Amino acid sequence: MSVASAPTGRVGPPPALPEDEPDPPPPSRLHRRQGRIGLVFASPWVIGFFVLYALPMAASLWFSFTDFNLTSAEPTSFVGLDNWRRLFGDPEVINSAWVTVKFGVLSLPFTILVPLGFAYLLTSKNLWGRSFFRTLFYLPSVIPFVAAVLVFNGMLNSQTGWANRALGAVGIPGPNWLNSEVWIYPTLTLIALWGVGNAMIIFIAGMNSVPEDLYDAAAVDGAGSLAMFRHVTIPLISPVLFYNIVVALIGLFQYFLVPFVLKNGSGDPNGSTFFYSMYFYRTLFRLQNMGYAATLAWMLFIAGVVVTGVLFWSAKYWVHYEFGERS
Amino acid sequence: MSSLTSTVERLQSSGEPTRRFGDTDGGIRKILAAGLVTMVATGIAIVYLSPLAYMGATALKTEAMIQDFRAPLYPAAPGQVAYDGEELDLYEVSLPDGSTANLALLQPGRQASMYVDPDDLEAAPIEWEGNWRQLEPAYTFSPQTDNFSAAWEQMDFLVLLRNTVAIAGLGMIGTLIASTLVAYGLSRFQMPFKRTIFIVLVATIILPRFVTLVPTYALFFKIGWVGTWLPLIIPHFFGNAYNVFLLRQYFLTLPKDLDEAAAIDGAGPLRTLWSVLLPQARPALVAVGIFHFFYAWNDFFEPLVYLSTRRDLQPIAVGLQVFNTLFDTSPHLIQAGALLALAIPLVIFFFAQRVFLKGIDLSGVSK
Repeated sequence: MSVASAPTGRVGPPPALPEDEPDPPPPSRLHRRQGRIGLVFASPWVIGFFVLYALPMAASLWFSFTDFNLTSAEPTSFVGLDNWRRLFGDPEVINSAWVTVKFGVLSLPFTILVPLGFAYLLTSKNLWGRSFFRTLFYLPSVIPFVAAVLVFNGMLNSQTGWANRALGAVGIPGPNWLNSEVWIYPTLTLIALWGVGNAMIIFIAGMNSVPEDLYDAAAVDGAGSLAMFRHVTIPLISPVLFYNIVVALIGLFQYFLVPFVLKNGSGDPNGSTFFYSMYFYRTLFRLQNMGYAATLAWMLFIAGVVVTGVLFWSAKYWVHYEFGERS
Repeated sequence: MSSLTSTVERLQSSGEPTRRFGDTDGGIRKILAAGLVTMVATGIAIVYLSPLAYMGATALKTEAMIQDFRAPLYPAAPGQVAYDGEELDLYEVSLPDGSTANLALLQPGRQASMYVDPDDLEAAPIEWEGNWRQLEPAYTFSPQTDNFSAAWEQMDFLVLLRNTVAIAGLGMIGTLIASTLVAYGLSRFQMPFKRTIFIVLVATIILPRFVTLVPTYALFFKIGWVGTWLPLIIPHFFGNAYNVFLLRQYFLTLPKDLDEAAAIDGAGPLRTLWSVLLPQARPALVAVGIFHFFYAWNDFFEPLVYLSTRRDLQPIAVGLQVFNTLFDTSPHLIQAGALLALAIPLVIFFFAQRVFLKGIDLSGVSK
């Protein structure tokens, strides 16, 4: 246990992170006192969990069975499964969920593979000025998202934007990035690529923690760099790959800012940017229909639990923790 | 056997003991590979960051410059020259001797036009044969720095800045205090339900916030907090899973003997935290502070929800979006506003790069 850590007398390099401690030993008076002190320190978060997470979640579920409305003077009444029945027959729900799924399927591979590729490039021993390039590649991620959306809105303007001017210069007619139902998803994906810095840093940390001798051994076995990437790097960074996929999925479920700022919440062109989150927002704040909004939120939560559940279940087939990497 | 071969190979590639003539090839190949990889990285970086250049250039243009297809990418206006009380346009004219000169069009004509040399206005006008309409205008660099003051005033940028800094600063204080206390409790004390607390803590990271929003909004509405900063600040005084996690991981790397020594000297837990752990945890605290600042600077949804009716209290993220809806026909002002909004985060990023590029080592996210 951690008590056994050698008394070095000075603060050296940080030791490897200790494992989570096992269940506490049988209670003694000292331990009970310890437990009380620990709980007192942890109490802000424990209280916060109940006030900001547990109770609102329960209340949200309760709201979904009522016609709760902040503005109407009539008392709230219990409506049973009305909201849920409405949800399953609501064409707006089906359309906006479909928009979210379409965009997710297109953009998720890019928002995972592009930072993976960046990380591979930025950990290359052949790259001069690695830390300089890391700064450059991370830089778009510190730009406020709203500003980033506005920059792309100008950059991809089909008349005056630089993207189409560059394409035109090499003889390719540029597409109507912002106002075509087909091109809007690639456009949103491009904008999303400006937010991959954190995923990239996590990939870099993962790649740096792969022991060098594994590559040496693979080289002796005659592996080329592609085989090394496929059979050494990928399995060893599979935990961070998994983490990045989970984070990207959670982000997709609540994807709101970019379409809202880009199209002022209009859903243009022709409803193709009317994401599930926007329908939720409109139900809640324009229509002030709290009961139905809570139903929409819970539906999203259930979908999120199912999708992440499947992902966690799949993890045992492709995520390898047995290498005992420290990060 | 294989370890032996790899050792031999390493000796050879390191050069010194078994250097032969052929080995310089390896060196050259290495330089070539490095040059190639670095060039590829440079190319990708240029494309990846090109929208930034677009923003910088557009923020310095007039609307006419943005619309002008013949104009260069940088802010440039067709050149003009004052001649006899008139403004004459400059054109790139090919002269009979094969050279090109920028000449001012004095008297347009169908077959031939009269020009003056802008460098020598006293000289006699030159006649040039050809259609002046097919000439390229001669552009000169002319950045419109006024755009920034216009955007600054139209956005009420000072008010937005004050709001953002206040919201970010107060929330930062809250999350630093609460997350430190919680992380201290979770990293230094045995307690019941410790594993449960920890698992729930991590689970809240992946909880979509919409599912708690409706009742939370209703509650804040009932107690009169909608239209104030309180919903954006007070929740941070309960700590935040990311920050607790980051600080806990850092506390676990600090040796326990120091706080045990402090306890023997009679220091209580709070005093131990304050005078033993916190001074050593400075890097982690700075990281949490900076991450919160960036979170607050970027946060859009919650200020939009809680401050939609209070233009005077909105932070930059929302203010910029409102500005965009009001000025969508003035792309140069929009880009100037976007540049103003990212200037401060960018400066902080350059000073605190290491926190971003190394911070992840602290948090041990892959666990």
